[in-house]
Amino acid sequence: MARKKFVVIVGCGRFGSYLANRFSAEGSSVVVVDPDPESFTGLNSDFSGFTIEGNAFEFAVLEQAKVGKSDLFVAATEKDSTNLYCADVAKTHFKVPRVVARVYDPELTEIFRNTSIELVCPAVLSTDRFFQSGS
Amino acid sequence: MRTCIVGGGLLAYFLSRSLLSKGHSLTIINRDREECEWFARRLRAVIVHGDGTHPAVMEDADSAAADSVLAITPHDEDNYLICQIARLKYGTPYVFALLNDPDNEGIFQELGIASAYSSVELLSQLIEQRIGYDAVTNLTPLADGKANLTEVLMPQDSPAAGRAVQELEFPEGCLIVSILRAGRAIIPRGPTVLEAADRVGVVSLPESYPKALAVLIGDRVV
Repeated sequence: MARKKFVVIVGCGRFGSYLANRFSAEGSSVVVVDPDPESFTGLNSDFSGFTIEGNAFEFAVLEQAKVGKSDLFVAATEKDSTNLYCADVAKTHFKVPRVVARVYDPELTEIFRNTSIELVCPAVLSTDRFFQSGS
Repeated sequence: MRTCIVGGGLLAYFLSRSLLSKGHSLTIINRDREECEWFARRLRAVIVHGDGTHPAVMEDADSAAADSVLAITPHDEDNYLICQIARLKYGTPYVFALLNDPDNEGIFQELGIASAYSSVELLSQLIEQRIGYDAVTNLTPLADGKANLTEVLMPQDSPAAGRAVQELEFPEGCLIVSILRAGRAIIPRGPTVLEAADRVGVVSLPESYPKALAVLIGDRVV
């Protein structure tokens, strides 16, 4: 039997919790990190993963979340700097195979284009979608 | 040298004053409007109001022209991003990050920011170097404070133990003036041989002091 996919998500806002619920429902092992314990109420009642209360920019917290063993790391906090920093640590230090960071500032997607971090920028995605739909 | 400082508080203020006095031309990025006004009244620097983690603000501050970018905000992840924008977008030759979490020093270096220092780490090193070594006592100023009298307890592994005063590679500007050995005071001459556990009185100029100390107690301090 194939090993279960292990996903670490930092930031349990709308994006983070939505992702965590999806991965959990798909049968992946999920760890979610957020400094605010209230944020975990966004997780479904059948969420089967773990939650860690802590700041993702603290190295000790990333270690506790076993980022080094993860197949996928998603940085989905509200702060671009936190997301890019954690993602870089996950990629460069923990050698996570796939690392995704959400960034709000489209310019940052340009600046980090040549790194091996995958960037998800809501403004860029929705703009692309808008132009694709043949406006 | 064109330097860009991102951060605030008295740290940014005093650092700016020090760099200005050394002839740097300075830009300060700060996200607090009132603090920007305070800086603008007191410093001959270009003050940019905004968040340094936003590339557009770095652009406004003409970061492309900076030789060095110093990120000294209270948030390590912000300092990371400021340095990365400078490196990746502008190829800034020298970037510096102040770290709050000392554990991050190694990580920042791994991420390509070689000059990342934690104030906690620096302070503890300074304390160890300057005052932490309890073998050094009695710092008494002499000659209008331009020279100091210090007593140094020679450790068991002192490189000077078993050697005559005249054989020591003592730097210019310092002199061994007394030895306390087993409760007895000795005023040494050139041939006097030093022993471990001697308490040695040294008169020195401040600039020669670290070298003199190294001769007596080895590399552990300087």
